[in-house]
Amino acid sequence: LFASVDRVNAELFTLTYGAVVRQLLTDLEEVEEVNKQLDQMGYNIGTRLIDEFLAKSNVSRCVDFKETADVIAKLGFKMFLGVTATVTNWDAEGTSCSFILEDNPLVDFVELPDTCQGLQYCNVLSGVIRGALEMVSMKTEVTWVRDMLRGDDAYEMRVKLIKQVPEEYPYKDDD
Amino acid sequence: MQFFGGSSLTSVAPEASPAPAAPPGTGTGANAQVLYVFNRNGVCLLYREWHRPLRTLDPTQDHKLMFGLLFSLRSFTAKIDPTAAEKGNLGVPLLPGQGCSFYSFKTNTYKLNFMESPSGIKLILITHPRTGDQRDSLKHIYNLYVEYVVKNPLYAPGTPIKCELFNKHLDQYVRTLI
Repeated sequence: LFASVDRVNAELFTLTYGAVVRQLLTDLEEVEEVNKQLDQMGYNIGTRLIDEFLAKSNVSRCVDFKETADVIAKLGFKMFLGVTATVTNWDAEGTSCSFILEDNPLVDFVELPDTCQGLQYCNVLSGVIRGALEMVSMKTEVTWVRDMLRGDDAYEMRVKLIKQVPEEYPYKDDD
Repeated sequence: MQFFGGSSLTSVAPEASPAPAAPPGTGTGANAQVLYVFNRNGVCLLYREWHRPLRTLDPTQDHKLMFGLLFSLRSFTAKIDPTAAEKGNLGVPLLPGQGCSFYSFKTNTYKLNFMESPSGIKLILITHPRTGDQRDSLKHIYNLYVEYVVKNPLYAPGTPIKCELFNKHLDQYVRTLI
């Protein structure tokens, strides 16, 4: 499956992302604003990325949240970041889980300075997940629980399913 | 491929079925007649025709009726599925990919091929009634859509597609369809 996918140098990607974050910090000054902007950028990426993922992976249905989370962890992360995530900490209802990344290519060469303590450096990832899932009818909330840049032992992203939106008939009777 | 035997009618073999004359193909295998692409909100992202001698409705009406047909037919096919135990009521909205769906239907004058991605992108390809399974072709067209539309940063998602490169590759590809 991955043999046919084009590959690029991960360092180029990492450094480009770093330049984006750097520029946002300069432009927006507020760390909170940067987090928001990164999330929004991720969302926009996710809403497009999903079609590429579906086309290349031949996944034909994303109805079950558990299955979908597994597919993201095993295939999605592998296809776009070259790493796999583990899915754990399911709650009793099966509507929220954690993605754990031991290895995160976005943060190579990064150290968080004291002035940027509130920065969610990888916020683009949570935006991507949220955007992609929204396109397959799942409204989610994604938050960072653990972050190695802040001294934790792994990256942990909490994904909570808010609701699944079925497809509605889009036209009114009278048009 | 006897029905593409040539441009003159005399070369078409006589047959028992009331199938119409083959479309006057502009090249070899010019079999695709019309393509619609809808997104999950019912917006017609793309309408492209290669062979459609008769139009009875204005385009907006035509697109809406087509989308309505798909919507109803899909919930109907899911509802009458004899193998699945869990079924909602007819007309209850489905998630994309939920329940079973249909691949195609055929009349005596055309065949409608359908594919829906889990993200709700719907591809409809109308071909000659005697064309075979087009699921792989639709998948390929979906790939073209990803390559030349989704990846084009100047394309705003959810708006009609105006990408020359996509149209070019699409035309090129449908010419190869049998």
